[in-house]
Amino acid sequence: MVRLPRPDQSALLKLTYRGGEGMLAWAFHRISGIAIWAFILLHVLDIWLSQVNSALYDDLLTIYASPAGRVGETLLGAALLYHALNGLRIILMDFWPRLTLYHKQIWFVSWIVFVAVGLPVAYVILKPIWGG
Amino acid sequence: MARLYSPVGRPKPAGTDRTELAIWYLMRLTGLGLFVFALSHFLITHVLSDPANQTSEWIATHRWANDLWRWVDSSMLVLVVFHSFVGVRTVLQDYVGGRIRVVLVAILALVGVVLAGLGIWAVLSAAGPMP
Repeated sequence: MVRLPRPDQSALLKLTYRGGEGMLAWAFHRISGIAIWAFILLHVLDIWLSQVNSALYDDLLTIYASPAGRVGETLLGAALLYHALNGLRIILMDFWPRLTLYHKQIWFVSWIVFVAVGLPVAYVILKPIWGG
Repeated sequence: MARLYSPVGRPKPAGTDRTELAIWYLMRLTGLGLFVFALSHFLITHVLSDPANQTSEWIATHRWANDLWRWVDSSMLVLVVFHSFVGVRTVLQDYVGGRIRVVLVAILALVGVVLAGLGIWAVLSAAGPMP
């Protein structure tokens, strides 16, 4: 019988992420970037479709305007806002390297802006779902 | 002493490869451009108005009736296709190597050029030729 080594950490500890803020900022930047790229593929094709087959585009628009579509729209906005704010943080640190000393603080500020801008935007986009 | 490069950004390419250095600067330049263009685009189309009302007809006869908006949208398209496709190229370079990387990056570049072409063609063909 093969003996497996005993796990040296509790399950809860394994679930916690220990990469730190810089690593998380990088991971979120990459994930949001790929998501936006995928949407750009869809979005340029749908706008192209609007000029080639307008009826089909208008059908697609009803999917975009559905409750699920609005949730997706909100997630897209969140990805875009995070990527934009963190991108600005990267640019600042690239051209003023001393700011890397405060990269955690700048990330924290970018989250404050994210929430302050993102919540009202999410409210406006999602409002029609409950008939607002 | 501060680190020379940010811990999250791509290190600025050192050495003699001027193309990679140009791409490094262009990613930041297009990023700044998109910070303004893409965020205002999202604000205008999703917050100040509702995409549900922006039908094909509305796009062709209202949004693109104004040549300024056709220039803005064409410029934004070029910026976003460059920035997003070069970004995905960076991701490919991180996870794929050898001949597969060369093939995938070539396909990616082709898709990017075709996509930009389709988008610009849509903007140009709507509501008469651009000046």
